[in-house]
Amino acid sequence: MTLLSDPRGLSPIRDGIGEPDFGTPKSTSDVTVTLTIDGSPVSVPAGTSIMRAAGESGCSIPKLCATDSLEPFGSCRMCLVEIDGRKGTPASCTTPAEEGMVVRTQTAKLGKLRRNVMELYISDHPLECLTCAANGDCELQDMAGVVGLRDVRYGYEGENHLGAVKDQSNPYFDFDSSKCIVCNRCVRACDQIQGTLALTIEGRGFNSKVSPGGLNFLSSECVSCGACVQACPTGTLEEKSVIELGMPTRTVQTTCAYCGVGCTFNAELRGDELVRMVPAKTGGANEGHSCVKGRFAFGYASHKDRILSPMIREKITDDWTEVSWDEAITYAATKFKEIQAKYGDNSIGGVTSSRCTNEEIFTVQKMIRTAFGNNNVDTCARVCHSPTGFGLSSTFGTSAGTQDFKSVGKSDVILLIGANPTDAHPVFGSRLKRRIRQGAKLIVVDPRKIDLVESAHVKADHHLQLQPGTNVAVINALAHVIATEGLADQNFIAERCDNDAFDRWMKFISLPENSPEVVEAQSGVPAEEIRKAARLFATSGNGAIYYGLGVTEHSQGSTMVMGMANLAMATGNIGREGVGVNPLRGQNNVQGSCDMGSFPHELSGYRHVSDDAVREQFETLWDVKLLPEPGMRIPNMLDNAISGEFRGMFVHGEDIAQSDPNTKHVMAALEAMDLVVVQDLFINETAKFAHVFFPGTSFLEKDGTFTNAERRINRVRPVMAPKNGKQEWQIISELATAMGYPMHYDNAAQIMGEIASITPTFKNVSFELLDRVGSLQWPVNDAAPAGTPIMHVNGFVRGKGLFVETPFVPTEERANRKFPLLLTTGRILSQYNVGAQTRRTANSTWHQEDVLEIHESDAQMRGIVDGQKVAISSRIGETVMRAQVSARVPAGVVYTTFHHPLSGANVITTEFSDWATNCPEYKVTAVEIRPADSSQDSTNSLDDVLMKA
Amino acid sequence: MKVFVPGDSTALSVGANEVADALVKAGAEVIRTGSRGMFWLEPLVEVETDGGRVGYANVEPSDAKDLLNGKLAKKSIGVVDEYDWIRKQQRVTFARVGIIDPVSVDDYEAHGGLIGLRKALSLPSEQIVEEVTESGLRGRGGAGFPAGIKWKTVLGASADQKYICCNADEGDSGTFADRMLMEGDPLTLVEGMIIAGIAVGATKGLIYCRSEYPHAIAVLNKAIKNAYAAGVLGKSVCGSHFAFDLEVRSGAGSYVCGEETAMLESLEGKRGMIRPKPPIPALSGLYGKPTVINNVMTLAAVPMIMANGAKAYQEIGVERSRGTQVFQLAGNIAKGGIVETGFGITLGELVDGFGGGTNSGRPIKTVQIGGPLGAYLDKTSWDLPMAYESLAAAGGMLGHGGVVVFDDTVNMAAQARFAMEFCAEESCGKCTPCRIGSTRGVEVIDKIVAGENQAENLELLEDLCEVMTDGSLCAMGGLTPLPVRSALKLYPADFGIRS
Repeated sequence: MTLLSDPRGLSPIRDGIGEPDFGTPKSTSDVTVTLTIDGSPVSVPAGTSIMRAAGESGCSIPKLCATDSLEPFGSCRMCLVEIDGRKGTPASCTTPAEEGMVVRTQTAKLGKLRRNVMELYISDHPLECLTCAANGDCELQDMAGVVGLRDVRYGYEGENHLGAVKDQSNPYFDFDSSKCIVCNRCVRACDQIQGTLALTIEGRGFNSKVSPGGLNFLSSECVSCGACVQACPTGTLEEKSVIELGMPTRTVQTTCAYCGVGCTFNAELRGDELVRMVPAKTGGANEGHSCVKGRFAFGYASHKDRILSPMIREKITDDWTEVSWDEAITYAATKFKEIQAKYGDNSIGGVTSSRCTNEEIFTVQKMIRTAFGNNNVDTCARVCHSPTGFGLSSTFGTSAGTQDFKSVGKSDVILLIGANPTDAHPVFGSRLKRRIRQGAKLIVVDPRKIDLVESAHVKADHHLQLQPGTNVAVINALAHVIATEGLADQNFIAERCDNDAFDRWMKFISLPENSPEVVEAQSGVPAEEIRKAARLFATSGNGAIYYGLGVTEHSQGSTMVMGMANLAMATGNIGREGVGVNPLRGQNNVQGSCDMGSFPHELSGYRHVSDDAVREQFETLWDVKLLPEPGMRIPNMLDNAISGEFRGMFVHGEDIAQSDPNTKHVMAALEAMDLVVVQDLFINETAKFAHVFFPGTSFLEKDGTFTNAERRINRVRPVMAPKNGKQEWQIISELATAMGYPMHYDNAAQIMGEIASITPTFKNVSFELLDRVGSLQWPVNDAAPAGTPIMHVNGFVRGKGLFVETPFVPTEERANRKFPLLLTTGRILSQYNVGAQTRRTANSTWHQEDVLEIHESDAQMRGIVDGQKVAISSRIGETVMRAQVSARVPAGVVYTTFHHPLSGANVITTEFSDWATNCPEYKVTAVEIRPADSSQDSTNSLDDVLMKA
Repeated sequence: MKVFVPGDSTALSVGANEVADALVKAGAEVIRTGSRGMFWLEPLVEVETDGGRVGYANVEPSDAKDLLNGKLAKKSIGVVDEYDWIRKQQRVTFARVGIIDPVSVDDYEAHGGLIGLRKALSLPSEQIVEEVTESGLRGRGGAGFPAGIKWKTVLGASADQKYICCNADEGDSGTFADRMLMEGDPLTLVEGMIIAGIAVGATKGLIYCRSEYPHAIAVLNKAIKNAYAAGVLGKSVCGSHFAFDLEVRSGAGSYVCGEETAMLESLEGKRGMIRPKPPIPALSGLYGKPTVINNVMTLAAVPMIMANGAKAYQEIGVERSRGTQVFQLAGNIAKGGIVETGFGITLGELVDGFGGGTNSGRPIKTVQIGGPLGAYLDKTSWDLPMAYESLAAAGGMLGHGGVVVFDDTVNMAAQARFAMEFCAEESCGKCTPCRIGSTRGVEVIDKIVAGENQAENLELLEDLCEVMTDGSLCAMGGLTPLPVRSALKLYPADFGIRS
């Protein structure tokens, strides 16, 4: 479908592609001014440019350097206008509309000026429009037509840039400087939108040219977010896909399937072929921005490795046999039933995927609770953000973040804990950097010196570089300072929080054991730094907390989430814009998978299975009896598989063999089962242990919704027909039906209808409403029909905010004589999670293998040099990686990513997990590093690694 | 014996340091001063006598002994203050230049310095602004915007920090008044900036000085250091509750950074590019804060205005051009240097009267006023009163007061081409008319001179001048057509145009 029906705007909306462009950003002023443009009265908010005022009233002024995602620049001089009482011809992009102004946008004088400016442009521009990739999508071409340029009297023999060499180094776009009109839109986009400041203008005057600095785009600081490509009004910066395939002809608006930011994209197609992804300005989460993954790394969807036919095999050592859907479904259903007949109803279960739509997830958990007849459903959120749900629900009453992303634009001090947004959540990272550049303060709590600690025009005021595993000690120390130095927001606490709990917490947090001076010894963070950071957070205005898996993936993950909630309540930073406690979710639909009832103890909307009233509603709706006891979590299923009680598993789009901790244990469990059914795009590590493989759909084929980290429900629309022949919810329904529980839906909208009918926070959600308004942040109900961007505005969802005592209990995983270093893990910009998608795209140009970051002194001590292969061993296992000597990690800490299966980072992670939710302690593993043996010189295959482990 | 030897760059270029050394060696007490601005007389050494300071022109090191022994009468020009060229001027801003030790706060004060500042400290802000407004002082950088009105805007803006930025990026060819003041009497500028600070509520000042002025930067820094030591600058200006800090920043060789918004970008450490206006710097200037940006000459006029009152300054001049203008005579001229007089002096009086005609002795062909972007005038303009209004009416502009003289050997097509070439060289590259237009301008003029499709190319040049004038973002591209059009109008024959 095409959403772009707005006839207004300055750029012509080409057939089927593009969004209106009003030239300058929207003004948010409450004051309205009325002016006259070409004889018609126009009313706009004060601060609106004349250009935008004209554009909004349907009268377009020519422009080239202006675009509404950037601040006005005033360089192209195409948008000159005449204003009564003002001399000269001011630029309409940089001149704000004023009350009573009389503006003329079309006069003979202006016409001549614009034509003469255009004549200058074209005197230094290749005349190859017909063969240019931007033909039909070029503002220079459009404007030459608009101003009526008929002749270039200067000729084409003068000084020019036509001989400029193309830079084709970037795998996704070309830079052809000969077509550049030096409008600076790319440079400004890199500065203002992305905040990387990789681009600049080199030289001056006629010699001014856009430069990525250094040799070329690939070797520059460019992060390939594509903002420059999108901003370019000509064919200078152009997607390689457009150059190869031609201009797209239609648009489908959908949602990115990478991280939890949930960017809205206009998928631009040519027939049924996806040409490019363009971030939508109307996207609630991203407002027109994107990262290298979302914009460019979609090629995996049509990668040759994708499996498109169902397959079965008797034993995992057998070869796969391609079969029909009916046969595969019948085979799986029969086997599951056989297992249950032999080992009991409780002997099978399944895992839902945070990569899939709400509708797909809902059907999977429904299938397990109905057709399987047990509550043995869990989700990959178990291994990432389960502590978020537990912690925030205990303290605030809602298992979700409190803000929308936009809120950070109102923050005065930002506390960033265990998150690396510029790599893992780049579009939010850009928002955050923009706010920092505007002057907001930043406190980073991270063992590693992430980019936000110090990079171009960004510098953290405090970097609390703690030892991995000491989060709770540090958050308690921050709260201790606030509590004992009288910095708490007493009014907020008295009014909004449970005061008895607060009094108990005050006593606890004021204990000397929580003082920065004591915590310094535990965490390695200087007490004075903690004190200063605490004071800064408490006294700078709006304080916001953002956090990632560096908080949750610990043995005290849930404690830490509650510790942050305590800090936010103690400083009164909940319930308005600019504040809050905000998880940065790893997967596109972690929030959704939790919302949809993927956990063994909860039905959709976070309602416990033991609640008779809730269960009764579902039993009525589903016409089945539900068990009142929670089912097994993933670790229980795996443990029970090894002990022989758990025999069959449905794994929906999650590669537990690679992503879950202690790989050896996971693989042993998978191997022990009678039936493993995997539904995925590729033969992943888990599928190697499967007996049935159901090919899944990529996000480009799905129809449904994703819910991002701000509780925003975004529509996922099919860009193409399912390559495997079926929507995933269809496969699930058919499997459930084959197992004896009839399940049928005509379409995904019906599933959302069912979700809304039974889930109070989704009460008013429907595809029809989503298509109308774009996106909705739950709760969406009668009290909040337009959704809820900010939570807990008029009081906490649970009634009174609950302070919880959070004593620090050090993890049992500690550095010791045998394993003296602490390994912690994270992500890199170009790769995503276990890399199943991004490794199958040109993103591997930037990151071909996982490396181990190690401090110089630790490297020297072990005779390790930069680039050398090293063996990393923990008490669980051993793997081999290349070492990168780095100042980002302190001595005693090593760091790696887990994007590549061959590096097997999880071979060495341990069985320790969060006390409340079993979220694995990925972030702390005691290890030793030594130069790899010659036999380990080449990177091991996972099997080799396993055998050694 | 007390002798005064200029330390000004002009004097240094003709050996003033060597003369000073020789005089010290010969036993004189040498005091280094600025220059009186009579370049043809440099090195001009002055000897203190009861009748006043007696000047000796073109002194060489070998003259040292004779000069001290009173045997250098042949080089004497008599008492300098009574020398015709000086006597006929009305030195207000330059009153102390060439007389005092530039970096001595005591000497400065002994010659009437700090009176204006002390007065300003006793007045409410509004009254200082009022005084400057009443004086009729207009921006001496070229635009001629009333200083008082600009100050009032900054005063009226509320902000946690405001700035006074002095534009000392004196890039126009044939101009040197700023440099001479900074080298000869920098404390006048310092005092002017402090007064501006008090007037508008700014506590921080920056002087943006072009890097080509190393001597000026050195003298300024020394003077500023001494002013801090004397308590004139710092936390408590002259013992008051008012604080003012001042520092010098050096440019990096860009002409366009003399444009005020590009200067702000450069001061912020960015690429020197023009900012669009609005917002005006008075409301959103340096680091987005309200900022007074004035030229050296504007700020240096302020202490005298405060000391002597607005009326005294306002009484000088013609029409809406009030006070004095520091003209700089340069180019092919016999007597080059500084002429400070009230507005209204005619071009002929300046060039022939003070300047004494060309240095080559050949007839004057043309005069360019206001720097490389100023219009060319010929002898028909000799009676033109030198003032903002009359020059504008004649199609020219006063600019920074530079007057460059050419004799009859100059080819005006080459000069017109040079204007475009200069613009191409110095354009910041932001706006299209300036970025591409200047390069095309050179090419079109070449075609005209080569006789190639002359009529069409003349029309094209006119269209180009129009789009540069009306379409450019700043005065760089906007004024470049001025010398081109005036050269073409006055000297078509030089372009090979047969009329």
